[in-house]
Amino acid sequence: MSLRILTENIDIPELTSFEVYRKLGGYRSVEKSLKTMSPSGVMEEVKKSTLRGRGGAGFPTGMKWSFLARGIGKPHYLICNADESEPGTFKDRYLMERNPHLLIDGMITSAFALEANTAYIYVRGELFRVLRILEKAIGEAYANGFLGKNILGSGYSLDIFCHPGAGAYICGEETALIESVEGKRGNPRIKPPFPAIAGLWDCPTVVNNVETLASVPWIINNGGEEYAKIGVWKSTGTKLMSACGHISKPGVYEVKMGLPVEEFIYSEEYCGGIRKGNKLKAVIAGGSSVPILPADLILKTAAGEPRLITYESLSEGGFETGTMLGSGGFIVMDNTTCIVKNLWNFTRFYRHESCGQCSPCREGTGWMEKVLYGIENGEGKMPDIDLLEDVAKNIEGHTICPLGDAAAWPVRSAIRHFRSEFEEHVKLKKCPF
Amino acid sequence: METDQHKQIPFNDETLAMVNRIIGRYPEGRQKSALIPLLHIAQAEAGGWLSPETMDYVASLLKIKPIEVYEVATFYTMFNLKPVGNCTIEVCRTGPCWLNGAEEIVSHLEKKLHIRVGETTSDGKFTLKTVECLAACGNAPVIQVGTAYHENMTTESVDLLLDEWREETSPSYQNPYK
Amino acid sequence: MSLLKVTIDNLDVEVEPGTTILNAARKIGGRVVPPAMCYYSGLKGTGGKCRTCLVKVSKSSATDPRPMPKLVPSCSTIVQDGMIVQNITSPEVLEARKHIVEILLINHPLDCPICDQAGECDLQNLSYKHGLADTRYEFERRTFEKIDIGRFIQLHMTRCILCYRCVYLADQLTDKRVHGVLFRGDNSEISTFIENVVENDFSGNVIDVCPVGALTDKTFRFKSRVWFTKPYDAHRNCEKCEGKAVLWMSGTDVLRVTGRKNEFGEVEDFICNECRFEKKNTDDWILEGPRNISHSSVISQNLYELINEPPKEPPFNKKD
Repeated sequence: MSLRILTENIDIPELTSFEVYRKLGGYRSVEKSLKTMSPSGVMEEVKKSTLRGRGGAGFPTGMKWSFLARGIGKPHYLICNADESEPGTFKDRYLMERNPHLLIDGMITSAFALEANTAYIYVRGELFRVLRILEKAIGEAYANGFLGKNILGSGYSLDIFCHPGAGAYICGEETALIESVEGKRGNPRIKPPFPAIAGLWDCPTVVNNVETLASVPWIINNGGEEYAKIGVWKSTGTKLMSACGHISKPGVYEVKMGLPVEEFIYSEEYCGGIRKGNKLKAVIAGGSSVPILPADLILKTAAGEPRLITYESLSEGGFETGTMLGSGGFIVMDNTTCIVKNLWNFTRFYRHESCGQCSPCREGTGWMEKVLYGIENGEGKMPDIDLLEDVAKNIEGHTICPLGDAAAWPVRSAIRHFRSEFEEHVKLKKCPF
Repeated sequence: METDQHKQIPFNDETLAMVNRIIGRYPEGRQKSALIPLLHIAQAEAGGWLSPETMDYVASLLKIKPIEVYEVATFYTMFNLKPVGNCTIEVCRTGPCWLNGAEEIVSHLEKKLHIRVGETTSDGKFTLKTVECLAACGNAPVIQVGTAYHENMTTESVDLLLDEWREETSPSYQNPYK
Repeated sequence: MSLLKVTIDNLDVEVEPGTTILNAARKIGGRVVPPAMCYYSGLKGTGGKCRTCLVKVSKSSATDPRPMPKLVPSCSTIVQDGMIVQNITSPEVLEARKHIVEILLINHPLDCPICDQAGECDLQNLSYKHGLADTRYEFERRTFEKIDIGRFIQLHMTRCILCYRCVYLADQLTDKRVHGVLFRGDNSEISTFIENVVENDFSGNVIDVCPVGALTDKTFRFKSRVWFTKPYDAHRNCEKCEGKAVLWMSGTDVLRVTGRKNEFGEVEDFICNECRFEKKNTDDWILEGPRNISHSSVISQNLYELINEPPKEPPFNKKD
C-alpha cells in the first residue's frame, strides 16, 4: 500500500469542511509551529525534509525560503501559486477541490516561518469554482481562530486572500504571477532581483506551488527528517502525479518518490495500462514543457536502468535520452498518436500563451507553429525539419522567462526521438495517421 | 440584446460593497491589484463582455488610467471584448483533450450551432470559444460554461447539454463572487 | 565608493557599482558596445526585451570565477568586480544575435525604400551589422493599418518591434498615458484601443525614442530622405523644454526638428511639441553649427562593418 501524505483522507466526503478536517487531525501543524516553534525552527524542519518545489522547477523549498530578505523594513508576502495551467497537470485543482484546508494549514505554517502577515492564493480564473471552495474554507479558518489577529493566542497574525487570474498560462511563472496580483499584464520580470528580495509591491516575497505548501503540515507534524526518509536520493516525500492521455485509468495518484515508471503506467493501482490494449508509444512525463520520450526510454534509461519517478532518474541522460519530472503532468500516448500533430498542438499552445514581451519567444513560437502546421498538413519540405530545430535552439536560453525553453524543448525532443515521423509526413505530403 | 448589455453598470450598492471588500484585500494605495477581480465582476454584470465604457467605469472605480485597464483586459483570454451569446461554450483544445477527441467536439458544435469558433449564433443564444488547457486533462475532453466544467464529453453528451443550455435563460457569465 | 573593474572583449574598464554591462561597454566605446533596441538609459524600466544585447559572462566576478550558465542581457545585468564579459569575441553571442535579428525581421515589412526612418533606423543598422543576408521565413507577415495618434504623429504598427520605449516614455514624461501594449504574444500591438489621441506637450518624443519607423513625424512625412537633409544644432528659449534641438534642413528650409541624439542614439534632453512641430523657421532658432552625425546613420552609408564572426586580432583599441 502506498504512503499517502497529501491524499490520506481525500475520499472522505465533507473533508472540505473545517470540522471534518480538524477532527481528522488537521491544523495540528499550525498549533505545533505557532505554539512551540520559532519561525526559523519551522524553516529548519522544511530544510531538513529536502522538500523540492512541486510546481515544476524542483527547487529546494527550504533554501528558497532562506533567500527571503528579512529585516529590511518591508512586509513579507507568501503567495500560493494555484495557477495550474501546464497541459497535462491537474493535481493542484484536485487537492484544492477536495482538501482546501490542507493548503490553508500549510500556508499558515509556511507564512509563520516566513514572518509574513499577509498571504495570497493566486487561483487561475477558470477555477472560480475552486476559488469559492477556498474562500469558504478560509472563512471557516477565521471563524475558528486559525486566521486573523493573534492566531491561537500566539501573537502571530495572518490574513489569507484569494486572487483570481483570468486566462494566462504565463502567470504560473512567479514574477508574471506577481505582476498579475498587482493588477497588470502577466509579463515576467527581468531577474535579478528575485522575488525573495523584491517581489510583490517590491517587498520580499515567496511564491510556492499548492502541492509544496500542502506538504508542509506533514513535515511539521512528523519532522523533516521523517519526510526525508521517504523516497530516494534528493527526491524525498511523495509526488502527486496527474496521469492522462491514452491510459485505462486517468487521474491523480500520490506516489512515493522512487516508484518505477513501468509500474506507474501498467499497475492496476495507478494508470492501469494503455487503453484498449494498445501499445505505448511515448510519454511526456512532467507536463507539456518537458522533453517527450519514446516508450523504451521512458521505461528504462539509456543505460538500461529502470526509470523511476524521481527528479534524478527522469533526468538521467540529460536531454539526449532523458526528460524531467516537472509538474508531474504525465501524458501518455499510444501507437495511434501522431507525434507531429501532437507537437503542433502544443506549439500552438505556447504561441497562444507567450506574453509577447521578448522577441525570441514572441516571434519564434509563432514561426514554429506555422512550420509544424505545414508539415502536418502535407506542405512541409525536408529542410523545414532542420529549420524548426534551429528556431527552437535559438529560442532556448535566450528569453526573459522559461516559457521560451518550455516551447523549445518539446520541439527539439520530438525531432530528436521521432525524426522519421516528420520525414514521413514530408515524403507522403500528408499525415500518415 | 443591446439594451441588456449595461444593465448593471454602474454597479448597484450591493456590488459596490463587494468591490470595496475586494479592494480592502490589498494594502493602501495598491488598489490596482483589484483590477482582475473587478473585471470579472464587471464582465458578468455587463452581459458577458467588456465594452470600453465598462472598462472606463472600472478604471474610475480604481482611480487608474483607462489604458491600464485596456492593457490588462486584452491580455487575459477570459475577458471578452465583444458581445457574446447568452451561453458561452468554451472547449479545451490543448494536448490531452485533443488526444481524447476535443477536435471532434469542436467540429460537432460548429455543425450543430452553424457557427465557427469565435462566433455567436444569430439568435444571440450561443458563443463558441476554444480555450487552452483547463487543468482537467484526466477527464478529457472538457467544456467550460460559466464556472462549471463538463468533463468526459462525447458528441452525445454535448447534444444533451445543448438542449439544456437552449432552455436556460440566465446568462452563463454570472458574478463569480456571488 | 571604490570602482569595479570589468573586462569586456579583453578591454578593461572601471565603473561605479550598479553599472550595467552595457553601460560599462559604452564607457569603453567602439565595437564592443552591444546593440540595444529596447533599452533607453533615460527611460526607467526599459530593456531586457529585444535580446539583441545578449552577451556571455565568462567569469562572474573576482570571487566567483564561474561563467554564467546562459547569455545575459547586458542592458539589465549589473557588473561585479572582476567580471569578464565577451561580446564580439564570443562566436556564441554573435550567432545568437544573428538569429535575434532574423526573428525581429520576420514580421517586419522591410519597406525601407518608403520608410521615413530609413537612414537612421536602428533595425536597419542592426541588420546590416549583425544580420543574415537571407530570411528563412516563408509565411505572410503581420500587418496593421496606419493610424494617426494626434495631429503630428503617425503610428505604423506593422513596423513596430515592440520595444515598449514609447510606453515607458509616455508614463514617465506625462501623467496622461493613453497608449500602451495591448493583446499578447505575436498579437501584441501598440495602440490606444479606442480612438484616442496622444496629445500632450511631450508626446512627440515617442518619435525620437522609436528605434524603427513605427512612430513618425507627420510634418516630415515623405518630405525628404534623411540623408539629403543637413542637420544643424540649434537652440531657442522655450518655456516648456530646454530648447536644445537638431534642425534637419534643406537649403534654408527646416524640414524637421528632433531632439539631440548622442552616439548611442539616445536623446538626453527631450524637447516639447512646440519646438518639434511648430518652429519650422530658421528665425525661430539660434543656429549653433552643423551637427556631427554619429555612426548610426546612413549619412555615413557604406561604412557598415558586418560583425558576424569574432575579429581576428583581439584585443582591439578603444574607439576603433
